Amino acid sequence: MTAERFKARSAVRHGDGAAQSAPSRARRARARRKAQLTAWGFIAPVIAYLGIFYAYPLYRNIDLSLRSYTLSSFITGDAPFAGLSNYINVFHNPTFAPALVNTAIFTFVSIAFQFAIGLALAVFFFKTFRLSGILRALFLVPWLLPLLVSASTWSWMLNSDSGIVNSFLQAVGMQPIDWLTSPKWALVAVLIANIWIGIPFNLVIMYSGLQSISPDIFEAAAIDGANGWQRFWRITFPLLRPVSAITLLLGLVYTLKVFDIIWIMTRGGPATASTTLAIWSYQLGFGSLLPDFSSAATVGNVLILIAVVFALVYIRARSRLETT
Amino acid sequence: MTVQRSRKARTIGAALLAVGTMAAALTACSSGSASSSASTSSASGGGTYTFWDPYPQYTASSAWAQLVSKCGTEAGVTVKRTPYDTTALTTQALLAGQQGNSPNILLIDNPVVSTLASAGLLTSTAQNGLSTGAIASNILGAGVINGKTYGVPIGANTLALYYNPKILAAAKVNPASITSWAALTAALAKVKAIGKKGITFSGINTEEGSFQFLPWFWGAGANLTNVDSPQAIAALTLWTTWIKDGYAPNSVIQDTQTTSWQEFQTGQFAFGENGTWQKTLAATMGAKVIAIPAENGGAAPVPTGGEFFTIPVQKNTASYAASAKIVSCMSSGSNIVSTDNTLNYIVPTQAGQQAQVSADSSLSSWVSAVGVAKARTGDNLGTKYPIISQQLWTAVQKAESGAASPASALAAAQSAATAAINK
Repeated sequence: MTAERFKARSAVRHGDGAAQSAPSRARRARARRKAQLTAWGFIAPVIAYLGIFYAYPLYRNIDLSLRSYTLSSFITGDAPFAGLSNYINVFHNPTFAPALVNTAIFTFVSIAFQFAIGLALAVFFFKTFRLSGILRALFLVPWLLPLLVSASTWSWMLNSDSGIVNSFLQAVGMQPIDWLTSPKWALVAVLIANIWIGIPFNLVIMYSGLQSISPDIFEAAAIDGANGWQRFWRITFPLLRPVSAITLLLGLVYTLKVFDIIWIMTRGGPATASTTLAIWSYQLGFGSLLPDFSSAATVGNVLILIAVVFALVYIRARSRLETT
Repeated sequence: MTVQRSRKARTIGAALLAVGTMAAALTACSSGSASSSASTSSASGGGTYTFWDPYPQYTASSAWAQLVSKCGTEAGVTVKRTPYDTTALTTQALLAGQQGNSPNILLIDNPVVSTLASAGLLTSTAQNGLSTGAIASNILGAGVINGKTYGVPIGANTLALYYNPKILAAAKVNPASITSWAALTAALAKVKAIGKKGITFSGINTEEGSFQFLPWFWGAGANLTNVDSPQAIAALTLWTTWIKDGYAPNSVIQDTQTTSWQEFQTGQFAFGENGTWQKTLAATMGAKVIAIPAENGGAAPVPTGGEFFTIPVQKNTASYAASAKIVSCMSSGSNIVSTDNTLNYIVPTQAGQQAQVSADSSLSSWVSAVGVAKARTGDNLGTKYPIISQQLWTAVQKAESGAASPASALAAAQSAATAAINK
């Protein structure tokens, strides 16, 4: 981007030089410098903001992960450089494999259901009917509740002995399930809660995406004899592709780092049954009385890397979409 | 060009978005130093002394806050008290230590003392001149590392077995007969037979879970340096069998000490393992208390809970004298007795305990429980304790949920703890 802009600018400058006298060129240069300074003045707050709140924390996180911090070296700040040994230790840790698998399952299953249900609801509510506004508003409730509240409520509802879900299962003659305390079900339980929380976001974005599709197209398709199913797969879905892509990417970034719901409901347990990378990072850094900041930062950086990889995949997909 | 440029802009935008969101979310977890503490600058010598405690429930008008400022006045200084949540206080203390602005006096949970001391943040009694004379050595234990003492306890609490007399009477169980694991398990069977629930405890995967498991662990004769010993396996098998046989609810895997207490308060449970801090609530529901039995009879050693007064390292070493004066004012004589009565603690000195029992005879069982209690970081474990404890609660979780047998869960815990300690 900068290279092209520079080329454009110098082209203009050469053009000027040929046509104008020296004093006017100097005046112009001064004015341009002034304008440039003003521009930098406008940009400075943004750069300072990015530096203080994004670049420095990121730098610290990488620094923490490349040094071997103990408690006393955290205080004195003279931790020895450890190269990639923290990363090697993390990859060899018996918690790494389950945490990675859980993160993958949690992220992809969450997004698949959130997106599918959100899209279905958006299409459903796109046909305005009586009370549709109120119903749509009701679907937004999970979004408005503080995560602490919704996660605590889910954990009460899914309690093995006194939860409403198990009371219901028993009432209809089924075996109660140890939702939060069995290694088989813990991940499913947090998935259900997370899907429920993520549906409104998908619903809102896909609904606004639907509104940007011209009704003429649907009308034309209907005249040509396309049924509802065909209209969805041949028109709605392809035209929603750009919106879908950004929804999925945002969903991915949000879901990769989900922490509060899992921590409140299962604390990553039992054992490592619902431990994701985000939970593990917290456990290492703050879960015990003796914090291990280096390993926590290492796991955090692994998560960031995963997000960046998916962002790049998204960008490739976008550019291919635009060239075709 | 415009298409390309806008695509590139989007590329950078999307990458920044992803990195930015993740970084913002994660640095809060890992960096720490960037999120600056709301610490007050530590004044030293005369003027204002800072004091942090983990009692946000006590406001400025409470008796505790008034005692703090009164002790400051007696030492000729003003004390500025800042309360934090217990877990937040540990992080705050570490960050303040890193920034070189620790408070003058810090009241901190006892297993954290060894952590802060090994980080070089605390002064020993030899440096600060605090007297530990009459304090019971088993309670002081959490503050002793390599022969040096790094603080004095404000009070002690511990665990015991609350029971519901109505349920035991209905099940025809004599509480006095429960002196061993076999007797307790037999009692649980009788309680289940009349349709009531047996026992509730906190088997969660946090420090609370280890705290609650230790009486059984130590009661079997196991040692924290060897968590996969046959004794340790016996203790974990006791818990898992209770869950499997329906004597303990499955929810203990998730229960904190608070939620486990709420279950006991429903009146459906015969027993609840819980702490001194619940004794007032226990009295209102008519619950009584017995010592946690050891495997083969007698009372099991229980872990001590409670905070320690510590004096963090300051640039101005002259401030230690006044800090020590304030601490000894708060931690001795009638002050500590009235403080510990409000906090539901047992006084760490014999004279204080006598004063407490003569005022309220129901405390005598707690005084004897505290008498046999052990510090978690004792036995010179120090900072090895947090590592072992984390592996221990993980093993407890695995066994409780059926993800592994007690023996294999504890064997994995032992090898993980050894690896982490030797790292």
